[in-house]
Amino acid sequence: MKAAVIVFPGLNRDRDMIAALTKIGGVAPAVVWHQDADIPDVDLIVIPGGFSYGDYLRCGAIAARSPMMDKVRERAAKGAKVLGVCNGFQILIEAGLLPGALMRNTSLKFVCREVKLEVTNTDNAFTSGYAKGQIIRCPVAHHDGNYFADAETLAALEGDGRVAFRYAEGTNPNGSINNIAGILNAEKNVLGLMPHPENLIETAHGGIDGRALFAALLDKAA
Amino acid sequence: MTLRNDIEITPQLVADHGLKPDEYQKILDLIGREPTYTELGIFSAMWNEHCSYKSSKKWLRTLPTTGPRVIQGPGENAGVVDIGDGQAVVFKMESHNHPSFIEPYQGAATGVGGILRDVFTMGARPVAAMNALRFGAPEHEKTRHLVHGVVAGVGGYGNSFGVPTVAGEVEFDARYNGNNLVNAFAAGLADTDKIFYSKAEGVGLPVVYLGAKTGRDGVGGATMASAEFGDDIEEKRPTVQVGDPFTEKRLLEACLELMATGAVIAIQDMGAAGLTCSAVEMGAKGDLGIELNLDKVPVREEHMTAYEMMLSESQERMLMVLHPEKEPEARAVFEKWELDFATVGKTTDDLRFRVLWQGEEVANLPIKELGDEAPEYDRPWVEPRIPAALAADDVPQMDVADALLKLVGGHQCSSRRWVYEQYDTMIQGNSVQRPGGDAGVIRVLGHDSKGLAFTSDVNPRYCEANPYEGGKQAVAECWRNLTATGAEPLAATDNLNFGNPERPEIMGQLVKAVGGIGDACRALDFPIVSGNVSLYNETNGRGILPTPTIGGVGLLPNWQKSVRIGFTEANQPILLIGGPAERGSHLGQSIYLRDLFDRRDGDAPHVDLAAERKTGDFVRKLIRSGVVTACHDLSDGGLGVGLAEMAISGGIGATVVDIEGYDPLLQYFGEDQGRYLATLNLDPQGDEITALFDEAKTLGIYATWIGSTGGSDLVLGKAKPVSVAALTSAHESWFPNYMSA
Repeated sequence: MKAAVIVFPGLNRDRDMIAALTKIGGVAPAVVWHQDADIPDVDLIVIPGGFSYGDYLRCGAIAARSPMMDKVRERAAKGAKVLGVCNGFQILIEAGLLPGALMRNTSLKFVCREVKLEVTNTDNAFTSGYAKGQIIRCPVAHHDGNYFADAETLAALEGDGRVAFRYAEGTNPNGSINNIAGILNAEKNVLGLMPHPENLIETAHGGIDGRALFAALLDKAA
Repeated sequence: MTLRNDIEITPQLVADHGLKPDEYQKILDLIGREPTYTELGIFSAMWNEHCSYKSSKKWLRTLPTTGPRVIQGPGENAGVVDIGDGQAVVFKMESHNHPSFIEPYQGAATGVGGILRDVFTMGARPVAAMNALRFGAPEHEKTRHLVHGVVAGVGGYGNSFGVPTVAGEVEFDARYNGNNLVNAFAAGLADTDKIFYSKAEGVGLPVVYLGAKTGRDGVGGATMASAEFGDDIEEKRPTVQVGDPFTEKRLLEACLELMATGAVIAIQDMGAAGLTCSAVEMGAKGDLGIELNLDKVPVREEHMTAYEMMLSESQERMLMVLHPEKEPEARAVFEKWELDFATVGKTTDDLRFRVLWQGEEVANLPIKELGDEAPEYDRPWVEPRIPAALAADDVPQMDVADALLKLVGGHQCSSRRWVYEQYDTMIQGNSVQRPGGDAGVIRVLGHDSKGLAFTSDVNPRYCEANPYEGGKQAVAECWRNLTATGAEPLAATDNLNFGNPERPEIMGQLVKAVGGIGDACRALDFPIVSGNVSLYNETNGRGILPTPTIGGVGLLPNWQKSVRIGFTEANQPILLIGGPAERGSHLGQSIYLRDLFDRRDGDAPHVDLAAERKTGDFVRKLIRSGVVTACHDLSDGGLGVGLAEMAISGGIGATVVDIEGYDPLLQYFGEDQGRYLATLNLDPQGDEITALFDEAKTLGIYATWIGSTGGSDLVLGKAKPVSVAALTSAHESWFPNYMSA
């Protein structure tokens, strides 16, 4: 299983993501600069977190319109798995790979803390390492993670089992509708989530609840 | 030599530049003619308090700045300390007080940006940040607005840049009503053989401008920061710079990439007084002249004058001297990151600082004298009047449990969660201890077990009452907080915030506080390797509390052996380590008196430096031996608040036995210094703990069993039990309630 991490200027959790993929997968992922000609032949494409282009227009909006995202879209259509975390999730939404919108947190403040997530569905390549309904710990760190979608979209997400993670036990940090923390596309090969599983994979992080996500994607034991 | 000057240099213009008549005379003597308008601006930028340290230099020289691990002390962008294995930690703390009061978000944001730049300018990737914030009284009309803006600004910049905030301080006092303090700290990691300095070397080499474009923002900022505030404060808004963390992040990556190519000879970030200060420093340090051609400077606005370009404090800019043959490589790096890259001048052999603009020479000054010949003052100072010690029987009475709940839920001792949850505390994946404990701890990337601890400390109440003891205490508490995690304190940075040094009583505070800092640093082998001085923190003639903030860095050989403040298990013995035998005796300047009785009297507690060192070394050794399960130093609120914080953090109660026949209020709320609480994984009746007490006794260290962990209440002797839930609720409520009120 080969992975690539896409880097846009302003992303800053690229190093955290590369470290997680390397530690769990045993090999370093390919690192793709946004201006590179192409994405190498990989099974997993990851867009990490941060503040692409400073989030100066709307979070993820500028990166979503870069030629690199056309390449990501092509690969996703051909079945490659695409994971977007935090700003990566925002980029995937802005690029139209996932539905809905991520608005400003209801607190109107940046929030960095640990929350609880319920693994809502496990019939996909991303969450198959967890048990359905399992509650895991996970850190969040964002200013604009308040997920919203219209009733029709929401019904489709919920009805088709496309909600991957939900904030649990009253820990919704941002006001997301239906406590949604992460969603899948219709084909379930694209996942976007606001929390940072890459920051909870080893004892130094105080827990390893994030490991199973990467282990499943990289065909490794958690 | 004559230079054309379109603007008449009047005494008023000189005064508007913050230059005194005798200082202006010094300029005339130095250059033998009237300066041009641009030159006057350059002098005001170089000779103001902020850049020249003219009032404090004499005293800063008395601080210990060297040690076996110190690679670079004060005088560069940041201090550099060896942490073994070819690695170094690079750190500094700097104030952005005046801008943060005028425009809290941008003032704080650019404070963070500036200190991060200081660190990566030296070739170090920033790995940890802290900030020490001080605001006016909670009930003051501006305080909430300032807290909102400053915290959002610190977060807005640091989060986007991508550095974890691992520790910090937030305090309130009416004496900061008109001048809040924002002291920002950053630390980075570098290889000891890849540190970059600002000293230029070689004649005729290109001086290259990198980063963001130059605009009119911040023109005269350093001069503003060297004056008191009056009622015209709102008019100063245009002197505050605007931060762009996205550009800073690209600048970081571009600088580190460029440094790896071997192209960089010297590098200096453009901070206060921008292009002027950075160019003069690079030249003066290398005994070289510098010639700048301002027509080459990338600008954001049209029709900028030479004066404006030289004094602009636009952010995210760097000046470098490069190996000419590597210029194409360097340019490619900066083009990749879409940052400006322009050759704006060259080094010369004539020791002149020459500035060309639109084909004309607008400044031609002796470069060494601009820096070295800055005025230096031995300002008159008076010995501070130390308040009389409290009478031994002066113990205002209150129920112990009530007092504890009030203190834990008051503005001084309550949780700072509302603040630090707005900062990214875990980015980079190395934060082992995040804010809320005694010190932040990170793993050192590229090493199996090494960790670094960070803390920032000062107690301005103590410094106001007794500047010498307060200075000592700030250093000792910083050293103590590092020790409480198990770290070996390595070195510190000082950020000295005071009022107007032209007043002898303020100067007296500075002189005595620096004396105390120096004595403590010497006694604890804890050198000062970088720092910053912020004076004129006054509004309408009333100064802030003297606030010499100390930012400390400690080294952990194994981060897995570091301990936290929270109780970890029930039925463990709790030890109090460090005297006096009464457990607490000193109420002067305590939080107990100030926050419960509105009394600010008595002398500050004194620090016995020999005992401090002995006790700390003993505690550190215990932690490293693996028997300590939690450790916390005692500070504001004494033993009572210390125990409460350990219970709240661990979610476990405790029962403590007090001393019969001695006022429990003194025992629990006295702020005697040099003390730690530790819980142990040892049998309280066993041989091991007996041996431990024997060893302490032999060393002359007071150590005693005071109680055990367990249960859901905190029971302080005969006081009524307080549930940990009630303590937690009080502790967590104050800040969010205050901010949403």
